[in-house]
Amino acid sequence: MKRIISLTTVAILACGGDGDRAQRALIQNKGSDTLLNVAQAWAETYGAVNPNVAVAVTGGGSGTGISAMINGTVDIANSSRAMRDSEIEAARANGIEPIEFVVGHDALAIFMHEDNPMSGITMDQLRGIFGEGGGLERWSDLGASVPGCPSDEIIRVSRQNNSGTYIYFREAVLGAGNDFKLGSYDMHGSKDVVDLVENTPCAIGYSGLAYATEHIHMPCVAADDVSACVGPAVQTAIEGSYPISRPLLMYTAGQPIGAIRDYMDWILSDAGQCVIQQRGYAPVREVTCT
Amino acid sequence: MSHPRDRTGVMDRRDLAWYADRCAQVLIFAGGISAIVFIIGIFVFVTREGLGFVFGPLDLGQFFSSIEWRPTSDNPGYGALALMVGTLSVTGLAMLFSVPLSLGAALYIGEFAKGKTREALKILVEMLAAIPSVVWGFVGMSIMNPLIIQVFDVPVGLSALNAGIILGLMAAPIMTTIAEDALKAVPDSYREAAEALGATRWEVILKVVIPASKNGLVAAVLLGVGRGFGETMAVLMATGHSINIPTSPFDGVRALTATIASELGDTATGSPHYGSLFTLGIFLFVVTFLINLTADLVVKGIRKK
Repeated sequence: MKRIISLTTVAILACGGDGDRAQRALIQNKGSDTLLNVAQAWAETYGAVNPNVAVAVTGGGSGTGISAMINGTVDIANSSRAMRDSEIEAARANGIEPIEFVVGHDALAIFMHEDNPMSGITMDQLRGIFGEGGGLERWSDLGASVPGCPSDEIIRVSRQNNSGTYIYFREAVLGAGNDFKLGSYDMHGSKDVVDLVENTPCAIGYSGLAYATEHIHMPCVAADDVSACVGPAVQTAIEGSYPISRPLLMYTAGQPIGAIRDYMDWILSDAGQCVIQQRGYAPVREVTCT
Repeated sequence: MSHPRDRTGVMDRRDLAWYADRCAQVLIFAGGISAIVFIIGIFVFVTREGLGFVFGPLDLGQFFSSIEWRPTSDNPGYGALALMVGTLSVTGLAMLFSVPLSLGAALYIGEFAKGKTREALKILVEMLAAIPSVVWGFVGMSIMNPLIIQVFDVPVGLSALNAGIILGLMAAPIMTTIAEDALKAVPDSYREAAEALGATRWEVILKVVIPASKNGLVAAVLLGVGRGFGETMAVLMATGHSINIPTSPFDGVRALTATIASELGDTATGSPHYGSLFTLGIFLFVVTFLINLTADLVVKGIRKK
């Protein structure tokens, strides 16, 4: 029995040595839940482009992907936030030099109940609602009267404190060093945010634009009192006019080579960028897709 | 553990039966102590991961007195007071709802129901325990949430009340079963003696059966409390996961267990945040251990009588 096994092993090794073309390369891809849909679509579409490469995609959040990159268990880490200096140092300590690629942009939409009459909101108002020390607690403080919300209370819907979306909102809207007001409803996933806001007239929440549904109201956002109010859309995210738009990132362990380099090149090509646009995110540049 | 053959003087008869016997002994012994091994293993693991943080960056005063749970902030805060109050309020509401329900059910099943009704009820109550907790959470989120909004006219239905009701229903089967066992342990001679003295059925239950099974009933409630403390998924979904010292049952709260469940997956191993979550784990472990130990001692109390 042992002899048969060892013979088979030798045979497999010999076949593998015959030529790289015969071997299917497997790329491990892990991280951000925001990027999960797109990453899966990329992996599937790429399977048709290059059948010799299989991409295994898993989610778990930006932090999970970055931890895996630090521990060297993943080829490409997806993240909706940049790696912190401490994380880059930790990776270097393990002999891994993370290389960052911007693969798209995500507009963070502000979600309100569809009956909410507010057509626009300013960054200052968002800080007042979500930020520690911000004084906006009632819809009437914003000059709005929301049907179906007799208590007038603003119900803040947020994310759990280590999601990439939460951390990006804190940096981009509340400002570096500032914190969220405690007492928000912290949902475990962007879809839950949309679900709760859809069913709650008093609520305001935030999440990636791609999670929007027909039954949710997304006000335009103005950077300050004098700036124009810009609606969340793929176009405004590409232009950079929408104030809360973030880069979506992929990290490779060192400069990519071989199958990983080909895959990254394809993601940044027009074909790859059309996939991300179809999923409701903004590509890195304007592309024309069929 | 001495072997019967030892006494016959035939010491070297190590045949198949002897080995089978030894094997069975070892297997049963391993099964018997496995629970202890696991519990010690888990305790050592949780403590090892958490202690470095407890004796390092953690300010114990802040941990027990502040509500500022901001582990990912630039100025991190590890105040777990709101989480403890959240867990307590949800468990408290659950017990308020569940204790009368389960003790009532146990009294009915144990003292009043007869024959098929009794058997059917027992099976149904135990089936309630088979519903997975994520399904309960789903019920909390998509059925109870709109219902509470409508009935009580509040802005959000995800609250301590919602989770309390869900948790009450989840803890009810275990409490009913144990309470019913306690009632059954009261000898019939007690009931017969009371009835012979002219007591009504109500008097028999209230003045004889319940006092006699008091310890078992207390143990049933304590095990229900333990269940409530440890429940995670349903609580995560139904409370709204909101850091808050509740002033009414309609306020959103956040439980210790739910905090660990929602944050641990995305946290770098060995970071202060990771350590803080394990500290919550140690706290939970100690509290549930004490509750279960008390329940156990109380049950032992009845056996001694």
